[in-house]
Amino acid sequence: MRLLTGNDLKSGAVIWWTGRDWSLHVEDAADVGEAGEAILQAEEGARRVNTPYIIDGTPTPGGPRPAHIKDRIRALGPTVRPDLTLKPADPAAGDWVI
Amino acid sequence: MYEYDRYDQAMVDARVEDFRDQTRRRIAGELTEDQFKPLRLKNGLYLQLHAYMLRVAIPYGTFNSRQMRKLADIARKYDRGYGHFTTRQNIQYNWIKLEEAPDLLAELATVEMHAIQTSGESIRNISADQYAGAAADEICDPRPWAELLRQATTFHPEFSYLPRKFKIAVISSKEDRAALRWHDCALRIVRNEAGEEGFEVYAGGGMGRTPFIAYKIRDFLPSGQIFSYLQAILRVWNMHARRDNIHKQRMKILVHDLGEEEFRRQVEEQFEHFLTLGTDFPQAEYDRIAAFFAPPPFETGLSDDIDLSDPDFALWVDRQVIAHKAPGYAIANISLKPVGGIPGDISAEQMERVADLAERYSFDEIRATHAQNLVLPHVRKADLYAVWQALDAAGLADANLDLVTDIIACPGLDYCSLANARSIPIAQKIAQRFADAERQRDIGELKIKISGCINACGHHHAGQIGILGVDRKGTENYQLLLGGSGAEDTSQAKITGPGFDEEGIVDAVERTIERYRELRTDGERFLDTYRRVGMDPFKEAIYG
Repeated sequence: MRLLTGNDLKSGAVIWWTGRDWSLHVEDAADVGEAGEAILQAEEGARRVNTPYIIDGTPTPGGPRPAHIKDRIRALGPTVRPDLTLKPADPAAGDWVI
Repeated sequence: MYEYDRYDQAMVDARVEDFRDQTRRRIAGELTEDQFKPLRLKNGLYLQLHAYMLRVAIPYGTFNSRQMRKLADIARKYDRGYGHFTTRQNIQYNWIKLEEAPDLLAELATVEMHAIQTSGESIRNISADQYAGAAADEICDPRPWAELLRQATTFHPEFSYLPRKFKIAVISSKEDRAALRWHDCALRIVRNEAGEEGFEVYAGGGMGRTPFIAYKIRDFLPSGQIFSYLQAILRVWNMHARRDNIHKQRMKILVHDLGEEEFRRQVEEQFEHFLTLGTDFPQAEYDRIAAFFAPPPFETGLSDDIDLSDPDFALWVDRQVIAHKAPGYAIANISLKPVGGIPGDISAEQMERVADLAERYSFDEIRATHAQNLVLPHVRKADLYAVWQALDAAGLADANLDLVTDIIACPGLDYCSLANARSIPIAQKIAQRFADAERQRDIGELKIKISGCINACGHHHAGQIGILGVDRKGTENYQLLLGGSGAEDTSQAKITGPGFDEEGIVDAVERTIERYRELRTDGERFLDTYRRVGMDPFKEAIYG
């Protein structure tokens, strides 16, 4: 599957295209398929997202999993500060990254 | 330390308002990211993995308690309660919002701080010996020269669009605590036979993808001619730089392509020209700047005795306290490398404790080091115990300066958009493996430096043990290097062989260190043993 991601223009937060809007949670990400480049251009023009790009991912029961570790770290947060990730209460969250 | 005059303040304030307008235009869609990016980088604002990152300049690593308290305020108000000291004596914040960045910069300006030239193709923060003005072994305080060069080069039109970034360091002691020869241009203050002060000048150093150790291109440059000479160096680079290839734009590439002799010849030719222009600093201007760095009013008649009856305090003094030029005073190093912690990270609360200590015990001065630690430069020996107790209460009393757990590490893939692999977890695991304080002391001086990509922000080329994180088909892999130095015995580390995974690199470091303990003779540091026996015995230990 193909995922569209970038950083929120104003806050810099990592965001994922859900098919209709942007979400902070990779679990909400939609498979943009062949339409990815067109959505990217339209959304960049709409000024909500900064530096959007398309990545490969794998569908899993828990939601899409980015193929590259860099994007998995982006999706969760720094592995060395679990308290600052999106899942601070989940001690196994880091395993998903590695 | 230097204090802004009305011109400095007006320039910084105006720059903040410029950036406020640029940010407004970006958010309003009047500027594209391609147009805005060079503007935000000129104000130290990067876009990293999780958010915008702001790098704040700390000129030559010197700052005061008021500034440190403001850095703590900013950590709480605009970030997530902490900051990260870098290998260029700066501090950076990891969770900045673009829409708040102008307000943040305005707050910084109220304490004479900014983020100008902490990014982009400019002359970056000029670094210096962290013990400047305090070290027992220095000829003079190098910071007036660093400040003069900072003022002369900031916003200078010829240096505003350089081919690439340009890094300068200034020291005035034989011992090199600033990684001098790893800089584009490095200055060491010396005295000639007539007793006159001048500079040894080095050029063409740098780490990154293509590491080079700087050549010494001048044995003695009269100090009053330094700006002409620096302009000559930059002019030669500006004329010939490979602006067509980002990997060949740094001055080190030009210096080594031209060769030491030809580069020197061209610099000397330009230097003769610049001398005729009268652009060097008048003595009165040097004197004006130097007055800001006059020694603090040290008390006289103080005892040099330190009560070492508390064994934990005695260990801290043995490791963290350095000789001061003034009798009865000492330099106290503050470790930002607790075992299992993140190298260089400091919480807002810890910042405030350090500010309190600086104000009360160190003539209000703090220093940041390129090794990601802090320094209280002027502490009465009689006050060391109180300082240590306060540091201990704040979780800042580790006694590991230059030991195996005092690891330099870049933010790596946990934060940095350029990184290929994580650096911090490797530093943490190595520190945990060697957490035993007695084992650390037995190993002795051992500087481990870790970078998460070839840009080498973690100085792996200069590591006695260096580690470079690479991306191997989407998986983190770590190369091990041995034999580097950023000190006066500068050398470039060499790769041992095939890389390792996260656990494997920690084991490899341990096997390297154990082989050193087997091979060392009395008094030999790791680096001494490596240089005596070479790579082979270590490769045998690492790879079997």
